[in-house]
Amino acid sequence: MELYRAHVLVCCGTGCTSSNSDQIITQFDKLLPENNIEKEVKVVKTGCFGLCAEGPIVVVYPEGVMYYRVDPKDVAEIVSEHLVKGRHVERLMVPHPASPSSEANSSDESNFFKKQLRIALRNCGAINPEEIDEYIAHDGYLALGTILSEKRDPLDIIDEIKRSGLRGRGGGGFPTGMKWEFAAKVENDTKYVCCNADEGDPGAFMDRSILEGDPHSVIEAMTIAGYCIGASQGYVYVRAEYPIAVQRLKHAMKQAKEYGLIGKNIFGSDFSFDLDIRLGAGAFVCGEETALMRSIEGKRGNPTPRPPFPAVRGLFNKPTILNNVETYANIPIILTKGAEWFASMGTERSKGTKVFALGGKVQNVGLVEIPMGTTVREIVFEIGGGIPGGKEFKAVQTGGPSGGCIPASLLDTPIDYDNLVAAGSMMGSGGMIVMDEETCMVDIARFFLEFTVDESCGKCTPCRIGTKRMYELLTKIIEGQATLDDLEALEKVALSLKNGSLCALGQTAANPVLSTLKHFRNEYIQHVVDKKCACHVCKGLTEYYIIPEMCKKCGLCAKKCPVNCISGVLGKEPYVIDASQCIKCGACMEACKFKAIIKQ
Amino acid sequence: MLSYAVGGESTVGKTKLTPEEMSKKLDEALTHYEGQGQKALMSALQEAQEIYGYLPLPVQKRVAMTLNISVAEVYGVVSFYSFFSLKPKGEYVFNVCLGTACYVKGAQKILERIEDNLGIKAGDVTTDRKFSISACRCVGACGLAPVILVNDDVYGRLTPEEIPGIIAKYKEA
Repeated sequence: MELYRAHVLVCCGTGCTSSNSDQIITQFDKLLPENNIEKEVKVVKTGCFGLCAEGPIVVVYPEGVMYYRVDPKDVAEIVSEHLVKGRHVERLMVPHPASPSSEANSSDESNFFKKQLRIALRNCGAINPEEIDEYIAHDGYLALGTILSEKRDPLDIIDEIKRSGLRGRGGGGFPTGMKWEFAAKVENDTKYVCCNADEGDPGAFMDRSILEGDPHSVIEAMTIAGYCIGASQGYVYVRAEYPIAVQRLKHAMKQAKEYGLIGKNIFGSDFSFDLDIRLGAGAFVCGEETALMRSIEGKRGNPTPRPPFPAVRGLFNKPTILNNVETYANIPIILTKGAEWFASMGTERSKGTKVFALGGKVQNVGLVEIPMGTTVREIVFEIGGGIPGGKEFKAVQTGGPSGGCIPASLLDTPIDYDNLVAAGSMMGSGGMIVMDEETCMVDIARFFLEFTVDESCGKCTPCRIGTKRMYELLTKIIEGQATLDDLEALEKVALSLKNGSLCALGQTAANPVLSTLKHFRNEYIQHVVDKKCACHVCKGLTEYYIIPEMCKKCGLCAKKCPVNCISGVLGKEPYVIDASQCIKCGACMEACKFKAIIKQ
Repeated sequence: MLSYAVGGESTVGKTKLTPEEMSKKLDEALTHYEGQGQKALMSALQEAQEIYGYLPLPVQKRVAMTLNISVAEVYGVVSFYSFFSLKPKGEYVFNVCLGTACYVKGAQKILERIEDNLGIKAGDVTTDRKFSISACRCVGACGLAPVILVNDDVYGRLTPEEIPGIIAKYKEA
C-alpha cells in the first residue's frame, strides 16, 4: 500500500458540487504534479462534511485543517503554501461568525462539530465513496462477513437489532427489529427487501448525503436484512432528482458485485442476494410504504389500507421489509459494535443518533448528526450558530409537510420521537428549518398545504378535498378576507383530515396548521381581525410606502416600477406610490439606495 | 413498424434530433421492455422522456403496445408523477427550488422575477420553446438556498436582482 504524507479531502456532495468542487479536484490533479508532490499527497473525493453553507469544503490531513468556500483559483495557494511549505492558508480558514477564533479551526473543535456524534454519517466525508476498499478499511462488510462465515442465526441477529433500540429513521419511528421479525416469521419462498430513498420532504437531504458519501453501508445493511428475513432480491427506490446519489449507488453496487459481496453465494456461503435500483418520479406520497411498493410495481403511487402490512403482503404481494436509508446506515455498525453500545446513546425510548438537515434562517446550514436527547436549543444556537443578522428566533419546523413548528418556549425540548410528537410536531425524516421574526407562520402553514394539495394522491376523500379546503381557507386569511368563523372551520377540517385519511400523508397534512394554530394563534388573529401581517410577508395585508423625509427624489424607484404607479418630480418632489395600482412586487424597495421605502 | 413521429424537434441534450431519429431511438430503447408488462412501465417511460423531453400521446401509445398494457394505464401513471411531462419543455429549463429552506429565504420572489422576465408562468414554455419554468420541490442543495437550476447549471444564494443577468446569459447562448 502506498503511503502519503498528506491527504486532501474534497467534498463532492451535491451542495459542494453545485459550487464547483469538481473543478477544485481538477486543479489539484494538475498542480500536485507541477510541484512534484503527487506521490506525497493524495486527493480524495468524499461525501458530505455537513457544513454545506460554507462549501465547497477542503480538508487537509494529518492536521485536519478545514478550508471553507474554496474557489478553484485558491487551489494554487493551498498547494504552494500548505502542502509545499507547511503554512496554513489563514484567509480560507473560517472567517466564520460561529467559531470565535481561528484557533478553533481544526474540524474536531469548531462549534459546528463539537456537539455532533457521527454514526450514520461515520464515513461521510471520511472516505471516497467510489472506492470500495476504503469502506472495507473502515470495517465495511465486516458485519456481513462475520454473519455469513459464522452462519449466525437470523433470529439472533434480529434480536440484537431489537435490543439496540433502533427505530425507523424515516419518520414513523417503528422499531426496526420488530419489522424484520414479522417478515422473517412469515413463510414464503419469495420475499423482498426495499430501501426508501425517496426523500421527498422539502428541506431534507440526509438520505441523499448518505447515498452520496457512503453507499456501501446501505448495500451491506440490505444484504444483512435479506439474510435475516430470507429474501434474495432487494430494491432501492431513489429519487430521480438525485443524479449524483444514483450514480454513486450504481457504481457501489457494481463494485460490491465484483467483490462477491452481493450476488450469488456471498462469502462462499449458500446465501445469494441481488440489488436493483428503481427511480422515483417525483411523487411525495411514494414515501409512504404501500405507495412506494405500488410504484416499484410500475403503478400509480396510491397507498393501500393496512393491514395487510407489507411484512405479510408487500411488493408483488410478497412479504417485504422497507426501511429508510439512514436506518440501514446504522445496521452494520450496530452489529460490529454491539446492541449495548448503540443502546447506551440517546434517551429512554429513542436510542442512538439522528441526522438532521439544518436549514433556513440559521448561520451554519448543513447536515448534523446528534445523539437523541440533544435539545432544540443546542442544535439551533450551538451547532447551528444561531440566527444570522441579529434577528429574533421564532420557530423550528421539523417533519416537513407532516410536521409542525416548535416555538421558542419549547426550545429546551430534548429531541426524540415522543417529545417531538408531544410538542405537536414529529421527527419526520429529519428536515429542520429555522424561522426568524421575518417568517409569517400563516404563510408557512399555507406553503405546506399548497404542497400537500399538490401531492395528495386523490384516492381518499378526506385528504383530496380536505387539503384543498384548508388551502382555500388559509388563502382567504392571508388575503385579509377571512372571519373568525373561517378560523373555526379551518380547525374543524384539519381535525377531520387527521382522523379520516387513509395514509400518513393525509393524517399528518393538518399538522402544520394545527401546530401553528396552537403556538402562534395570535398571528392568525392578527391576520383575521386586525387585517395585518406583522412580518409584512402576506401581500394582501402589506403596503409599500415611501417616507417623504427620507426620499432623495432620485426617481430610481419610479423607473423600476413595472406598473408605473410611482409618481413624483425628479429632484424636486418626493415620490409617492399609488397603493391602488401597486402590485407589491417589491422592485422599488430593492432599487432604493436610501432605504426610504418601507412595508407597512 | 409504425411511425410515431411527433411534431417539433427534440430539445433535450446538445444534439437536436429529427422526429424520425427520435422515433428510431425510442424503438431501440423499447426493445428491452418488449412484453414485460406493468412492472417495467416506469423505467420505459423514463427512457422515453429522455429521448423526447416529454411524453406526448403517440409515445405513450407506443409504450403501452410494447409492454402489452392499456394506454389508460400508461396515461394514469404519466399524469400521476410530476417527473413525467405532457408538455414540451424549453431548451433551457429554469427549475426554481421551492423547498422549505429556499422558501423561507425568498424563493417565491425569485420565481416571480423569472416569470415576469420571461413573460410565462411556472409550468409553461415560451412560444419559441427556448425557455420554460418549473417550480420544483427540494433539490437538496439547501445550503445554497435560494437555488435555481438552469438545465444542469446551479445558481445558489440568489437575490432577485441577479435574475435578469442570468436570463440574458441564456438568451445570447
